[in-house]
Amino acid sequence: MSYSDQSHLFRQIVMDHYRNPRNKGLAKDPRGYMTVRLKNPSCGDDLTVQIKTEGEKILEIRQQGEGCSICCASASMMSELLEAETISEAEEIIRQFKLMVQAEDYDAEKIGDAVSLQGVSRLPQRVKCATLGWQAAERGLKQIQKNRSEGRADHHEGAIEADVDKEDEHEI
Amino acid sequence: MCEEKLLTADGRSVADIRKDFPMTEAEENGHPLIYFNNGATSLKPECVLKVMDDYYRHYGVNVARGVDAIGYKATHAFEEVREQTARFIGAKKASEIVYVRNTTEALNLVAYSYGNQVLKEGDEIVVSAAEHHANYVPWQELAKRKKARLVVAEPDENGVVTPEILENYLSDKTKIVALFHISNVLGASNDLKALAERTHEAGAVFVADGAQGIVHERPDVTDWDLDFYAFSAHKLLGPTGIGVLWGKKELLDQMPPWQFGGEMIDQVDIYDTTYAEVPQRFEAGTMPIAEVLGMGAALDYVDSVGYDFIRRQNEILGKRMVEGLQAIGNNTVYNPNNYANGVIAYNIDGVHPHDAAGVYDREGISLRAGHHCNQPTMRFLDVQSTLRASVSFYNTTEEVEKFLEVSKKAGDFLDVLF
Ligand SMILES: Cc1ncc(COP(=O)(O)O)c(C=O)c1O
Repeated sequence: MSYSDQSHLFRQIVMDHYRNPRNKGLAKDPRGYMTVRLKNPSCGDDLTVQIKTEGEKILEIRQQGEGCSICCASASMMSELLEAETISEAEEIIRQFKLMVQAEDYDAEKIGDAVSLQGVSRLPQRVKCATLGWQAAERGLKQIQKNRSEGRADHHEGAIEADVDKEDEHEI
Repeated sequence: MCEEKLLTADGRSVADIRKDFPMTEAEENGHPLIYFNNGATSLKPECVLKVMDDYYRHYGVNVARGVDAIGYKATHAFEEVREQTARFIGAKKASEIVYVRNTTEALNLVAYSYGNQVLKEGDEIVVSAAEHHANYVPWQELAKRKKARLVVAEPDENGVVTPEILENYLSDKTKIVALFHISNVLGASNDLKALAERTHEAGAVFVADGAQGIVHERPDVTDWDLDFYAFSAHKLLGPTGIGVLWGKKELLDQMPPWQFGGEMIDQVDIYDTTYAEVPQRFEAGTMPIAEVLGMGAALDYVDSVGYDFIRRQNEILGKRMVEGLQAIGNNTVYNPNNYANGVIAYNIDGVHPHDAAGVYDREGISLRAGHHCNQPTMRFLDVQSTLRASVSFYNTTEEVEKFLEVSKKAGDFLDVLF
C-alpha cells in the first residue's frame, strides 16, 4: 500500500471513530463498573471511561467526554480494542499504543484501528489528547486489580476522578 | 495598505517597529511565525532585553542593601521605575506602586491583606461573570474564608459591565467590587471611572484587573478614582515575573503584610517585629530586579509608540478579522462588536477548537484554544471552549489575510495527522 493510500485509509478510520464513536455513553447505573474520569486542565479535555470486568475478562467498556477529534477518536478505538480482552492483554495493548504515540518501536498487530493515529507521534503537543482515554482505562484496570488483591467483594469499587498525569514525570 | 499610513507617536510604520521585536523573525513549523496569542503574553522589544542584559552585565547587584556605589546604582534604577510606573498610570505617589509577580499576585494580595481585614460575615463581594480566574477565584476564596457572599454580575450581550448593570448588584453589604478593565476573551471594555463612582456611592472599594486593559488604554487611576489597579508587565511588552499592584495610599497604609521575611521589616525584636512602610511592606525578599528594569524599558517603549497608534492598529486588524471571518461564514464569532481591542473569540462550526488550532499551528499561526482561564465567560457564552485570536500593534494586515486563508481550511483538521 502506498503512503497516500495508507494515509487515506487512516484518515477514514479516524474520521469514522470521531463521527461514529463506539461504546459512547455511560451506564445509567454505574454500579458494577469501574468509573474513571480524567481531565486535562490545560486544554479542558474531559473524558470518563467505565469498565466492567468478570474475573480476568473485560466485559464492557463505555466512554464519554469532551475533547478534540484525536481525543475522542482515540477513546473510541480504545473502547473497541479492549473490550473482550483479558486485563493483562488489555494492559499490553495500552502499552503498545503508548509506545506508538511516543515514537518508539511498537507492535502494530496489537493495536488494530489505533495504528491510524500513528501521526500523533510527530505532534508531541497532542500526545496527551491521544492517550487520555487509554490512561483512564489503565488506571481503572489497576484499581480493579488492586481491589482484587485486597480481597474486596466489589472489584469495581473506588471511582477515580483526577487530572491527567503530568506526562512521563521523570524521577529525579 | 492603510496600516502603512498609520504612524507611531515617534513617526514610524508597522514595518519599522517589527524590527524592534526579535520574535517577528521566528518560525513555526517551517513558516514565519504569525503570533496571534498576544492576549496570553506579548512579544518583547529589543530595548527590554537590552536593559535586562545591561543590568546583569554591568551592575547586577542587589537593591536596598548596603552603601556601595554599585548597589546605589541598582537601587536607584529600581526605584526610578517605580516613579515612572506611577507617572504612567496617573498615580499620585511612587509609594503607591507595589512590585509583585503578576496580576494574579496583585489581586491575591488585595484579597488577603485588604479583604481579610475588612470583610465580615454576610458582606458581599461583586465580580462579573466574565472575569479571568485571577480576578474570580481569590474573591471566591475570600468569601469562603469570611462567610461572605460572592455576587456575580451578568454583563450585557457584548460582555460589558455597564454602571447600570453594576447598580443592580450593589447593596449596603457590598464591601468590594472587582471587575476587569478589558476582558481577555470578549475584548469588552469597562468604563472604570463610572464603575468606581457607583461603587463608592455604595460605600465599597473598587478593584480593577488591568491585565488586558493597560495593553490598550492608559489607565488614569487618580482621575478615575480607583482604589486598586493590577497589571502584569509581560502582556505589555515587558518581561515575565513582574507586575504591579497600585493602591490608594490610605488603603495600602492600613493593610497588613501578607508575606514575611527580609526587606519588609522595620525593627525585628526577639518576639515581635514592626513592618516597613508601604510599599516595601509588601515586597518581602529579593525582588525580580532585572524584570523591574525591563518593565521600565517596556513602558518607555509604549510611550514612544503611543496608545493612539496601538488602539488604531488593533482596531484595523480586529475589524478585518471579524469581517473576514463573517464573510467566510464557516464560523461563529462571539464578540462581533468588540473587535477594537484586537481580541476575537470564535469557533469554526462543528470543529473542536483544538482541532482548529492544530490547523493554524501547522501554518505557523499561533493562537489560543481553550477556556482562556475564564470558565465564567465560557458559561456565559454557553460553550466549552473557543478559539481566541489576539493581535497586537506589531501584527500586520498581511498576517490577518493569511489567518483568514487558513480559517477557510480549518475543517480539514485531520490533515495534521498525515
Ligand atoms: C483579564 C486578565 N486578568 C488576569 C490575568 C492574569 O495575568 P497573570 O497571569 O499575568 O497574573 C490575565 C492573563 O491572562 C488576564 O487576561
